Amino acid sequence: MTDPLILFDLLLGVSVVALAVAVMGARDLFAAIVLFVIFGLLSALAWARLSAPDVALAEAAIGTGVTGALLLKTLHHLRYVTGQLDQFAAPGMTPAEPVPMGVIAANAAFCGLITLGLAVAYLGAPQGGPGFDALVAEAMPQSGVEHPVTAVLLNFRAYDTLMEVVVLLAAVIAVWQIERGLSDAPSPDLGQVWQGFARLALPAIVVVGTYLLWKGSEAPGGAFQGGAVLAAVGLLLLLSRAYVPRPAHRGAARLLFVLGTGAFAAVALLVTGGGRVAFQYPPDQAKTLILLIEGLVTISIAVTLAALFHGREPVALPSRRDHHDT
Amino acid sequence: MLLDWIAASLIAIGAVFFVAGTVGLLRFPDIYCRLHALTKADGLGLALVAFGVALLADSAGEVFRILLIWFFVALASATCGHLIARYARQSGEGDAHD
Repeated sequence: MTDPLILFDLLLGVSVVALAVAVMGARDLFAAIVLFVIFGLLSALAWARLSAPDVALAEAAIGTGVTGALLLKTLHHLRYVTGQLDQFAAPGMTPAEPVPMGVIAANAAFCGLITLGLAVAYLGAPQGGPGFDALVAEAMPQSGVEHPVTAVLLNFRAYDTLMEVVVLLAAVIAVWQIERGLSDAPSPDLGQVWQGFARLALPAIVVVGTYLLWKGSEAPGGAFQGGAVLAAVGLLLLLSRAYVPRPAHRGAARLLFVLGTGAFAAVALLVTGGGRVAFQYPPDQAKTLILLIEGLVTISIAVTLAALFHGREPVALPSRRDHHDT
Repeated sequence: MLLDWIAASLIAIGAVFFVAGTVGLLRFPDIYCRLHALTKADGLGLALVAFGVALLADSAGEVFRILLIWFFVALASATCGHLIARYARQSGEGDAHD
């Protein structure tokens, strides 16, 4: 007997591919972003159907929530702040300068190469084999945590995760360099209903984000999912103007950006010696070390993502600064 | 068994409301009518689906979580509807303060 959910899965798969095509084909950038968000939500559902709740949570929180907010912020920035997109043009317009064919061709070639590589890797792998499940299950007692995904991410292959944290750090450094000269974007006034919503949602988001981090050692969740959810707190505060970044806050912000990467790298190096290599935590302290890394990395991820949403280093500019002060 | 049937009917009726809201979104002439169809029909559809799923839940904790999800999704979609309508009214009147 076939699984009755196969029909649902087929529809889901077709929808995800169709939405991906629609995102690429959309002429209106705003429509493209909305379609991308729907694509992300359906991808998260697909991951959940594939019994990969960790990936589903990450896709929903980072790939859809935070990325969608970043894209919308960028569009607003291009339309109303730098004026690179003519704000008086019809909403259906794309930028006046079309993307050069060379860039399109190079992108297509890279994407094609990656797809080809994935296909070769998939077809070359032993079909229906046991995979690494048995190896991971065997090593679980030494990992210090109960959830295999967390064990892989923060113990067995922790250097991958360290690199991901470094990527975020590099991104925020780049943004703070590039946008140095711009003045503050006047953020839109969203009204009283929004303020009420933010006030109700904020404590709930804090609880959910912390819960995701806390559950990470024994169930789906962890630093990236919790950090992305907590970054939403920053977004709400910035959008409600409850928090206005000021030049004096830069030191604290920089400290929080590097906190996760620094702690992660420090732990990795400090456990070496006595025959151990980097990231080889002593089994009896593994849980403490992993929780320490996860907690600090979560703080860094949340602050970094919120800073990326804000988009520029808060520098003192002579003009238009009093616009924001209340 | 009876509970299963009641839950299934509630979810099915909820799905009908979602379809109705979507048809309204596609067919209605202007943004306010579309928002009206979408927020009202989806709000009711969501409540029915959540109620149906809650009947099938195994424990009180699950019911509580479904209730929380219902509350926050309803709150968020009502706020979104308001924000879209607000933006449409402000920009539609030629009022330029975004």
